[in-house]
Amino acid sequence: MKFMLLQDYGGVPADVPPMTEWTPEEVSAHITYQKDLNAELTERGEFVDARGLSTPELAKFVVWDESGSPVVTDGPFPESKELLAGYRIIDVESAERAVEIAAQGSAAPGPGGRPIKQRIEVREVMGPPITH
Amino acid sequence: MPGQKNHGIEGLLRESAPRALAAVARRFGDFADAEDAVQEAMIDAARQWPAQGRPENPTGWLVNVASRRMIDRIRSEAARRGREDTVAAGEPWVPCAPTEEGRTADDTLLLMFMCCHPALTPASAIALTLRAVAGLSTAEIAAAFLVPEQTMAQRISRAKKTVKDSGEPFAMPAAEEQGERLRSVLRVIYLIFNEGYAVSAGAELARADLAAEAIRLGRIVHLAAPAEPEVGGLLALMLLTEARRPARTDEGGELIPLEEQDRSLWDRELIAEGGALLGEALARGAVGEYQLQAAIAAEHGKALRPEQTNWSEIVALYGLLEQVTGNPMVALNRAIATAMVEGPEAGLALIDELDEKLGDHHRLHSTRAHLLEEAGDSRAAAAEYERAAELTRSTPERNYLTKRAARLNRGG
Repeated sequence: MKFMLLQDYGGVPADVPPMTEWTPEEVSAHITYQKDLNAELTERGEFVDARGLSTPELAKFVVWDESGSPVVTDGPFPESKELLAGYRIIDVESAERAVEIAAQGSAAPGPGGRPIKQRIEVREVMGPPITH
Repeated sequence: MPGQKNHGIEGLLRESAPRALAAVARRFGDFADAEDAVQEAMIDAARQWPAQGRPENPTGWLVNVASRRMIDRIRSEAARRGREDTVAAGEPWVPCAPTEEGRTADDTLLLMFMCCHPALTPASAIALTLRAVAGLSTAEIAAAFLVPEQTMAQRISRAKKTVKDSGEPFAMPAAEEQGERLRSVLRVIYLIFNEGYAVSAGAELARADLAAEAIRLGRIVHLAAPAEPEVGGLLALMLLTEARRPARTDEGGELIPLEEQDRSLWDRELIAEGGALLGEALARGAVGEYQLQAAIAAEHGKALRPEQTNWSEIVALYGLLEQVTGNPMVALNRAIATAMVEGPEAGLALIDELDEKLGDHHRLHSTRAHLLEEAGDSRAAAAEYERAAELTRSTPERNYLTKRAARLNRGG
């Protein structure tokens, strides 16, 4: 079963400052934690993909327009907290295992080495029919 | 054609590899390390055979090269530990003798038993089987399951470690265990088949090869254990199901239900072969779930037009299958078949009894939707299709259910 674990900019408790206000060591520790988690998932045969997305500053909203040229809105956006920050795709034996990995992701350290408790959205990736 | 020769060698390698693996595993008593050594020998062969010509005895060649690697490994291991005496214990081996027929069949089963070890998760057993018995490369298996090669390599190596840690020797399990082990093997093959059969279009086309691999594995096991009725039953089931593949989806990959399929596209040769295999299996008098499923598929295969389908027979077969498996999903299919004989209300009555057992399952909703539609209750049918579409995890199925609901909501 494949799952996508998504994190947006809003799912962090209010008392956690933005990453740019952490100490460099805290930032490094956070990045190392994420890389180690990916390595652990690869080692267990569960890793598919993990990506961060560029900041909402660089995001664009595109809407088709009847006139032929699409309407493109550039960031930053007031609703940027709803935008996706990154994702992980995993291939696991059960939904329970997906939740376990999401919890590990949520425990990534922040200021003072404490888990930032990032909210992770867990979604199963749809596939072909399971039976015939 | 330049590709031709390589293709021939690839096929030869894939056929020789499991036999070589079994021989090396037997000789050294270590399945996991033998698998590594044979993989390396196969890489050597792929490099050397095209230039030097294929050896007279390809299996023997692989066994010798892999055995040398095993000895190297034991030596360096021993050197690392500084205990030269272990080398002597690993060393005595004779050049490969041609394998006897009886042993080949045993070896095949033994390999399958190791790959489908009860300590393994289904995903691990599938990966190990595809590599060690079907002879696929890690890259090919990774591509088939849409994961990175490194992830698949780890999955396989962990699977081998699990088998090794179980402490089971590379030897036939006791007679009383063999039935259970064979059931695991058949289940793994059937899972591989379903992975492949489920996909028939678009970006995931490569996965369709998994159905062919599963059929190939089914044939290998059937050759090794021709007297096991469920082995014949599974092979028959796969062939009879595969026969319908060309008619099962439209050009866009959308599902076409059985009664709307163009039956002239069904592969009559596969249906005939599956039917014959099923006949042989049933004649042995030990019915099981694969034979029953194959028997249902064979009934559909016999009907050149949907209205020729012998639904009473299918109702009876689903009844037996339900008894054998105790699976409530089977009851859903029985409800559909019953509706074909006695009308949609009879089917709906059967489904109402399943509510508690199945809970909020998409297939319960889609079946009820179908029967409600048959009964002329479009509004309730549309609501059930919508609920089924919300709960399914399959894209083509969701597309199908959504269209169905939309059509009913529009009054068409």
